[in-house]
Amino acid sequence: MARFIVRRTVSMVFVMFAVSILVFLIFNVLPNGDPAVRMAGKVPTETQVEAIRQEWGFEEPLPVQYWTTMKKLFTGDMQSYFTQLSVTEEIWKGLPRTFALAIGAAILWMVAAIALGLYSAVRAGGFSDRLLTVLSLIGISMPVFWIGALLSYYLGFKAGIFPNGGYVEFADNPTQWFWHLVLPWFALSILFIGFYSRVLRSDVMETMNEDFVRTARAKGLSERRVLLKHVLRNSMIPIVTLWGLDFGFVIGGGAILTETVFNLQGVGQYAAESIGQLDQPPIMAVTMFGAFFIVLFNGIVDIVYAALDPRIRLEGGAKA
Amino acid sequence: MSDGPLLRVEDLRVDFTTEEGVLHAVDGVSFGLDRGERLAVVGESGSGKSVTAMTLMGLTRSPNASISGRAHLGDTELISAGDEDLRRVRGKEIAMIFQDPMSSLNPVYRVGDQIIEQIRAHRDVAEEEARERTIELLDAVGIPSPAERARAYPHEFSGGMRQRAMIAMALSLEPEVLIADEPTTALDVTIQAQIIDLLQDLNRQFGLSIILITHDLGVVAEIAERVLVMYGGRVVEEGSLEQIFYDPQHPYTWGLLGSLTRLDRDRPERLSQIPGIPPSLISPPQGCHFRPRCPHEFEKCPEVPPLESRSGEPGQCDRCWLDPEEKRRRRMVDGRIGLAAAEEAAAG
Amino acid sequence: MEAGPGGGLGPWQLTLRRLRRNKVAIAFGILFLLLVGACLAAPLWAEHVAHTTAEENHLSDTIVIDGKTTNVVDFLGTPIGPTWQGEFFLGADGNGRDIMVRLLYGGRNSLLIGITAAIGTILMGMILGLLAGYFRGWVDGVISRLLDVLWAFPVILLGVALGTALALGGLKIGPLTIQGDSLGIPILIIAVVYIPYLARPVRGQVLGLREKEFVEAARAQGMGSGRIIFREVLPNVTSTMVVFFPLLVANAVLLESALSFLGAGVQPPNPSWGTMIDEGVDRIVSAPHLAIVPGVMLVLTVLSLNIFGEGVRDALDPRSKVRIDH
Repeated sequence: MARFIVRRTVSMVFVMFAVSILVFLIFNVLPNGDPAVRMAGKVPTETQVEAIRQEWGFEEPLPVQYWTTMKKLFTGDMQSYFTQLSVTEEIWKGLPRTFALAIGAAILWMVAAIALGLYSAVRAGGFSDRLLTVLSLIGISMPVFWIGALLSYYLGFKAGIFPNGGYVEFADNPTQWFWHLVLPWFALSILFIGFYSRVLRSDVMETMNEDFVRTARAKGLSERRVLLKHVLRNSMIPIVTLWGLDFGFVIGGGAILTETVFNLQGVGQYAAESIGQLDQPPIMAVTMFGAFFIVLFNGIVDIVYAALDPRIRLEGGAKA
Repeated sequence: MSDGPLLRVEDLRVDFTTEEGVLHAVDGVSFGLDRGERLAVVGESGSGKSVTAMTLMGLTRSPNASISGRAHLGDTELISAGDEDLRRVRGKEIAMIFQDPMSSLNPVYRVGDQIIEQIRAHRDVAEEEARERTIELLDAVGIPSPAERARAYPHEFSGGMRQRAMIAMALSLEPEVLIADEPTTALDVTIQAQIIDLLQDLNRQFGLSIILITHDLGVVAEIAERVLVMYGGRVVEEGSLEQIFYDPQHPYTWGLLGSLTRLDRDRPERLSQIPGIPPSLISPPQGCHFRPRCPHEFEKCPEVPPLESRSGEPGQCDRCWLDPEEKRRRRMVDGRIGLAAAEEAAAG
Repeated sequence: MEAGPGGGLGPWQLTLRRLRRNKVAIAFGILFLLLVGACLAAPLWAEHVAHTTAEENHLSDTIVIDGKTTNVVDFLGTPIGPTWQGEFFLGADGNGRDIMVRLLYGGRNSLLIGITAAIGTILMGMILGLLAGYFRGWVDGVISRLLDVLWAFPVILLGVALGTALALGGLKIGPLTIQGDSLGIPILIIAVVYIPYLARPVRGQVLGLREKEFVEAARAQGMGSGRIIFREVLPNVTSTMVVFFPLLVANAVLLESALSFLGAGVQPPNPSWGTMIDEGVDRIVSAPHLAIVPGVMLVLTVLSLNIFGEGVRDALDPRSKVRIDH
């Protein structure tokens, strides 16, 4: 197991390095035109542009530029020329909100997807199964920002059941914190519930045909035990990896859309606002950290996967 | 011995509804199993032998399956039993082991835990007690270092060990009947012999009744007391081991025996096989299912031959309209029992 | 694609037959084509039914509904909702523009971007997957690392990063120049972003096919790598592509709408369903139809593609496990 972890970590570091190079290329090398002008945003002044050029070293050779950019990113020395605020500070402020949104949604979608997926698999072919399939297909066809906006409008503004957007700190008022997040959680989850419940359904249906499930039944185990301890346990393994990937995805950037619609002022919304202004430094920083987070998270998920499935862990070990 | 057979199957029928039509997998199968008896069920793929066994265990119940008939195991009638009643009997009074032990064990749980699970599903015992019993069982089936092995995962066992573990698991609650569905097919020949020996021991020591499903006549000769030959969803012949090998009554059985190569004879020029392909179970031939492949077919064959004792010997019955005299004559080919080629049969 | 020697149907014919039996998939496939057709007919609608264009604003105009004369945009700035008449069939937007006309023209853009991007993804993903899977060694090493890096970015984030970077000045690689506000930018971005989703499965498939006997046989016959890839491997990979295509288009259209909503996709004044939803969400309180209309259109389009794509997948192999992960 330890060897596996070491191998995985090394590969993670390599990928992060490659990611940083790609981000650098995307922002500083690929586009046409003067990078300093781009950096200055939508309405640059001549002095601004010149100052930027000096600060970032755009006259220097590429590797030096890369080094300067990375240094600025990781030492928190990056500033948005549009808002005059420190990029790193803004990201730190928004992080807890983005996490609150992502974690809540992830739990919601996982629980719902397992319940619905299992239910459809057991009742395969029946009416409820077909209904759930239709609903899932609709769920994955809806843009999250659209459904979020509609939910916010109809259930928030018009019906008044939920607040009309905004975020309340947990420390200030836990109940309101929760209540303000219900709609965003739901909007963000719909897509994933639709997708995961169907994946689980097909995995469960496949697992139910496995020989060891037949054995479990032949042993006289109760149907519930067969389903939960044998079928679900084995179907879960691929689901867990996917879940891990998507959670990383949500934190890393998927939350952008939901936060904007519900005005949660998290990292995602920060990025979204910067996009509107074509304000590069924040976007560069968010992209970099988002991708890093995903690489890190994927690594963790792989390790958890190995812990769950003993076959993977023991690969390379001696066979008794 | 007890009065009457331990397991009595009466007119079992299993139909599956498929895209292409209704598949008649089991078409009126009846037989009995005495206490302590070793019964072999022989047939090719598609003969219905596995479906029969799984139906006794209730494993074929599904929305597209239509099951009728009776199967009496002691006081319980298995076919009409409710799901809960059946579940209680399954694994406890009648147990089954399958062909591929690797895929039949759950790869993510330890082997010992899987046996413990079965014990505790039927008996209210503490985990410690179940664990002790598990180690005893693994030892009884010949697995070395049973305490250690109980904590291992299935993929850490060799093929033969896995099958032994499956047998241990099946016997954990001391069932009266063990159904073994091709238990040795996926194993090496030497391991095969060990598993068959193990089953023999268990039968002798504990009086365990065994139904062994196989397509391998060598295995049948090793272990069986009585034999059921199945073809096209029906039992086509039934008899004692000696009767089946020395006095077979059905042309299909002749074909099976004829395709064996014998070490005590000259090598034949060509391995004989039964010509043709197994019948479609969706639209089987009218009357006797073996007609299209049988060189001895005559006018009576389009009428379904009932399973009856025609030879006059006790315990022997078959589904072939031919007279016992005719059968004795026609089954000899080149000095041994076999299925004649069409031309020879016509001439003879 | 001819019948096999036993008189049985070839795999493609079996697929078509199974697909034909799936009425639901076919129905939604047709719905998709109708939606495409409607969008293509945008100029016809604009000229003959609505009598306006996608950009023309009618801020100070009036219109007659049920005999009453109302302002297209009232003095509060609230535009009218659906009139279900020829002009302003689905109402007007904040600038007094005809929503139906914009919807159809926007649809052209969204669909154009979606379909072209999907084709781009398939071409690039297939080439990379084939090369990596067939040649293995360092070629595979390089390509796989590349895919890993792309894969590390969440789709939206990568799209947004590229979108913002390229929006102002456009792209210039060697002889290839694309303007910042042309549709080519979102098309390119979306195509690139989805490459790993196709390249990885293709690579996996090719790795497996490589070991199969018919490839060995071809090599023994002396066929060069190029021909082997083209004649033996490619046809088998085609089924993967066929299944992915509708799903890719669906995801591409969704991604375009997300990017445009954020401002990193289609740039104004070009309309797309994403930009329309963006404008709509701003005014959702006073004029909800602005957001609802393009959204419903988008959902219908994506849904039809998803259902049809499912049908294709089921027809090709009832037990396959192809999926696009997000």
